[in-house]
Amino acid sequence: MQQMQQPLERFHYDNKLPKAFLMVTILWGVVGMLLGLLIAFQMAFPWLNFDFALTTFGRVRPVHTNAVIFAFVGNGIFMTIYYALPRLMKASMFNEKLGWVHFWGWQLIIVAAAVTLLTGHTTGKEYAELEWPIDIAITLVWVVFGINMFMTIIKRRERHMYVAAWFWIATWVTIAMLHIVNSFEIPVSMLKSYSWYAGVQDALVQWWYGHNAVAFFLTTPYIGMMYYFVPKAANRPVYSYRWSIIHFWALIFLYIWAGPHHLLYTALPDWAQSLGTVFSVMLIFPSWAGMLNGLMTLRGAWDKVREEPILKFFVVALTCYGMSTFEGPMLSLKNVNAITHFTDWTVAHVHIGALGWNGFLTFGAIYFLIPRLYGTPLFSKKLAANHFWIGTLGIILYAIPMYFAGFTQALMWKEFTPEGTLQYQFLQTVTNIRPMYILRGIGGTLYFTGVLLMVYNVWKTVAAGKFIPTEYGEAPALSKVFVPAKSYSFWHAWIERRPVQMLVVSLVVVGIGGIIELVPTFLIKSNVPTIASVKPYTPLELEGRDIYIREGCYTCHSQMVRPFRDEVARYGEYSKAGEFVYDHPFQWGSKRTGPDLHRIGGKYPDSWHYNHMWKPTTMSPGSLMPNYPWLLDDDLDVSHTAAKIRAMQTLGVPYGNGYDQIAVADLKKQATTIAENLKKDKIKTSPDKEIIALIAYLQRVGTDIKAEKKNTVTKN
Amino acid sequence: MSVMIILMIASILVAGGFLIAFLVSARQGQFDDEYGPPVRMLFDDKPKEIS
Repeated sequence: MQQMQQPLERFHYDNKLPKAFLMVTILWGVVGMLLGLLIAFQMAFPWLNFDFALTTFGRVRPVHTNAVIFAFVGNGIFMTIYYALPRLMKASMFNEKLGWVHFWGWQLIIVAAAVTLLTGHTTGKEYAELEWPIDIAITLVWVVFGINMFMTIIKRRERHMYVAAWFWIATWVTIAMLHIVNSFEIPVSMLKSYSWYAGVQDALVQWWYGHNAVAFFLTTPYIGMMYYFVPKAANRPVYSYRWSIIHFWALIFLYIWAGPHHLLYTALPDWAQSLGTVFSVMLIFPSWAGMLNGLMTLRGAWDKVREEPILKFFVVALTCYGMSTFEGPMLSLKNVNAITHFTDWTVAHVHIGALGWNGFLTFGAIYFLIPRLYGTPLFSKKLAANHFWIGTLGIILYAIPMYFAGFTQALMWKEFTPEGTLQYQFLQTVTNIRPMYILRGIGGTLYFTGVLLMVYNVWKTVAAGKFIPTEYGEAPALSKVFVPAKSYSFWHAWIERRPVQMLVVSLVVVGIGGIIELVPTFLIKSNVPTIASVKPYTPLELEGRDIYIREGCYTCHSQMVRPFRDEVARYGEYSKAGEFVYDHPFQWGSKRTGPDLHRIGGKYPDSWHYNHMWKPTTMSPGSLMPNYPWLLDDDLDVSHTAAKIRAMQTLGVPYGNGYDQIAVADLKKQATTIAENLKKDKIKTSPDKEIIALIAYLQRVGTDIKAEKKNTVTKN
Repeated sequence: MSVMIILMIASILVAGGFLIAFLVSARQGQFDDEYGPPVRMLFDDKPKEIS
């Protein structure tokens, strides 16, 4: 071997960063899952919303999703990479100071995210809810992380990059791109912005991002994690290294195109939907190759699985990965999707992945790392095994009721009487599955109990051991294929000496620059409405829409009537792409805990909305919707209305020149009309209240097309 | 649907980057040895005098 010619070099592995990341993984895991429990029970017992804005479902749900994805799983990824990458590369982590900048930067982002989301500062795009200053902070911290990772790889003493590293590289590159493209937004104030994209375009970008966040944040880094911890814990080499290489390249090439499967039967052009379906179906091959490769690594080691809780966790994690990646392609088939979409089935699917794959892999890794970081055996293997069983039971009790609820509700939605009218009111389909919501909450509680057992176990292990801050390694330096001169030891030498890398980097840079220039111009052109009667929102409606976004209404209500007989009968005319051209951001939603709202405009009187927002049960007894009493008390903030109109003008929304100057006056005029309207129904309120704006918006949604119909009638 | 063009550019840029990375690494012999790497990662390289 050529490496023999090189002298041995000694270097150290830092354990402080992996430990720090491990601890916050646990911390944010507990916080995120606790919030998950809260919102789960809110869906069965609405009083748990406490009639208080900060604890209401629509605000807490984004904190739960962001916390478990970016805080729990995110820190889990960093924990693994800071521990495993130096060991795989036989090199110290490039720069520990940068590592701490990364660590604290990420934790600050998490805290800022929680605070801003709870106080209602959101972009209204799922899993990308954070406002623009935080988006910029994420980009910067991600770059810091990238520098540390890539420089460690460059400094490596092991010429071959173990397959896990490839998965982490793909993660970094793709997440950077997704985050940047999806976060194009025009700031209105420090904590408010509008998406550059509108309607269908926004939906496509959002789900291109959303699906790939699943792919490159919840999947690829965790497959890398699996390829490190499973062989290590089983002390067996991975079943087939060739598989791992092939499925890596296949996975990253296929995943990028699967996003549109979140938009089947929507106003997205059909060809784009089909493209998403085709790639989603193909994805089953690389996904299952990964799952099988992980499970087969345990061939001949199943006796170890019986004794070792870590391996038990890994087996269930891989099984759940296999199940959700089988389910994913199935749900991408249009006929299946027609039933499952907008129901709790999606929630079950996501949680098989989140609780099973991400959760259990993280727990296994934590049980693996803690004894090694503290130089002592795990406090109690039995407790870990109990965690495993109670967690597994929790997953089952979570998923099965949700599958049942999803399927039942979808069938009830689609049920017609022999006379051809809808069999069930929407509310009936909700109250019918309420017991399932309770069962799901119990499943979640079991899962969370398991996590608490882990916290105790980790606590006791830490107390019994002594932290090993640094470990040492020894390896010969990498024999150079070419020996670079001293003057070439700058960081950019890596690029300069390799024309191909140079080309790639310049392409990326040029590409980003080009996109930034192109986006505004050509998106605006295509936002010219194809439906003539579709008009921009009035200032009051725009403010009302921002309240709709702020309260997270999209977490329970869709605004997308699909072209099915039952939906047209229940809600009205199906949604057309041309109706959304001024929707920055789009609010199509992905789950119908409540009914679709795209044709809500004009359906009920203003007073109905007023009472319904105050206490939904007064208008629809048995409703599970939270109360929004503060909307009736709080005054509408119009200090940014002019800026909002200007921002919309920049995005190509055709308000007249100088309209921003008279927007507030217009807003007040419309508000007075609505307040007077309410007065007729014996509701006394001031026109300055937030509820007035929300009513204005709700009465406007989806009504433009009705005007269109009338026009055509008169023309004929 | 002009946004497709942006997404295509972004996706193809990244996919193309990965393709080049694959070709370069394959040419440099990254994937020639299918036996060594999975076994080597199992061994920790602790220096003798330390542990």
